[in-house]
Amino acid sequence: MKLLTHNMLKSHVKGVKDGYPLRLSASKVELKEVTFNADFVVRMLDRIVWPVLRQTAIEIGQGDNLPTDIPADAATNEEFLRAMHHVLLEVLVLEGELECPETGRKFPIKKGIPNMLLDEDEV
Amino acid sequence: MLKLRELEAALQEVEPFAEPRIELEQYPTSAHIAAHMAFTMENAFGDLLGKTVVDLGCGCGMLSIACALQGADHVLAVDIDSAALDIALDNAARLELEDDIDFVLADAPWPLALGPGARQVDTVVMNPPFGTKHNAGLDVLFLRRAIEIADGAVYSLHKTSTRAFLQRKAKELGAEMEVVAELRYELPKTYKFHNKQSVDIEVDFLRFDCSQRHCT
Repeated sequence: MKLLTHNMLKSHVKGVKDGYPLRLSASKVELKEVTFNADFVVRMLDRIVWPVLRQTAIEIGQGDNLPTDIPADAATNEEFLRAMHHVLLEVLVLEGELECPETGRKFPIKKGIPNMLLDEDEV
Repeated sequence: MLKLRELEAALQEVEPFAEPRIELEQYPTSAHIAAHMAFTMENAFGDLLGKTVVDLGCGCGMLSIACALQGADHVLAVDIDSAALDIALDNAARLELEDDIDFVLADAPWPLALGPGARQVDTVVMNPPFGTKHNAGLDVLFLRRAIEIADGAVYSLHKTSTRAFLQRKAKELGAEMEVVAELRYELPKTYKFHNKQSVDIEVDFLRFDCSQRHCT
C-alpha cells in the first residue's frame, strides 16, 4: 500500500462520523523507485490531505524533509515535488495496520493489502 | 500507449477466477471487452493518462490492469474477495504493473475518503454485479458510490434492459449518462445452473460524466 492510497482511505465502521485519517503503523516497509512525473504530483497538490500525508510519512520514518505546509511555489518547486512524489508513490507498506481514529478498530495490512472488511455487526 | 490489438494481447495474460463465487456474481471481464473499454476511456475521452483511477469490485484485476496499461498513474483496486485479490496481485506482477496498482480488501459502501476540496479520484471503472439475482439493487449501490467519489467520469457495464432506469438514477445523482457502446457479453458456463454452453446478454458500456456534479 502506497501512502497515496492511505490518504484516500477512511474507516467505515457503523456509526463512525468521519473515520479519517486512519492511523498507520508499519512493521514492514519497502522503498521502490517510481518514475517521477511532475504533472501528476502537481495535480495531486490540492487533492491529497497534506498534513495527513506528512504526519503518516513521519510516523513510519519517511518524512524527514517534509515542510509543515505545502510551499506557495510548490507547482514549480522541483525539490518539493520530488519529496512529495517519494512519499506518495515510493514508500510501500507491506505489513502493518490501520487504526480507526474514532473506534480504535484495527485493520490489518498483509502482503501490502489492507483488509478493510467489516464484521456483520459493524455494517 | 498501446494499440488496441497490443492491449488486448497483453490482457490475455490475465488469469481468471480460480473458483468463481456465485453469490458475488464473479463473471470475468474478457480481455477483449477490457481492452476496448480502456482504449476508449483514454483515446475518446482522455480519462486515463496521468489520472488516478478506482476499480470497484476489481475481481482478478482485468480492468485495473487495462487502465494501468493505458497510462493511469495510480489505480486503486477494491474487492470484497481476498482469493480474487490474490489472483489480481499475481496478474499485476506478471504484467509488471505491481507499482501502478494498489489493492484493498473491502466491502460496499467502500472506505474511500472524498478528499479535501477536489475529490482525489479522477476516474472510476467497474464491471459491477448486474444486481438481478441474489443481490437486487447492488448495481445501483455501486453506481451511487462511484459517482460520489469520481471527480471526472465513471465507466461501467450494465444490462441494456436497465438503461432507462439508470439514466434516471444518474440524473438524480447529478451525473450525465452516455451509452458509449452496446456489447454482447458472453457469460461463459461459469456456474452449474447455466444449461447452455454460453449465454449472450446485451450489455451497455456506459460513461457517467461527473464533472458537473456539485460537491455537497
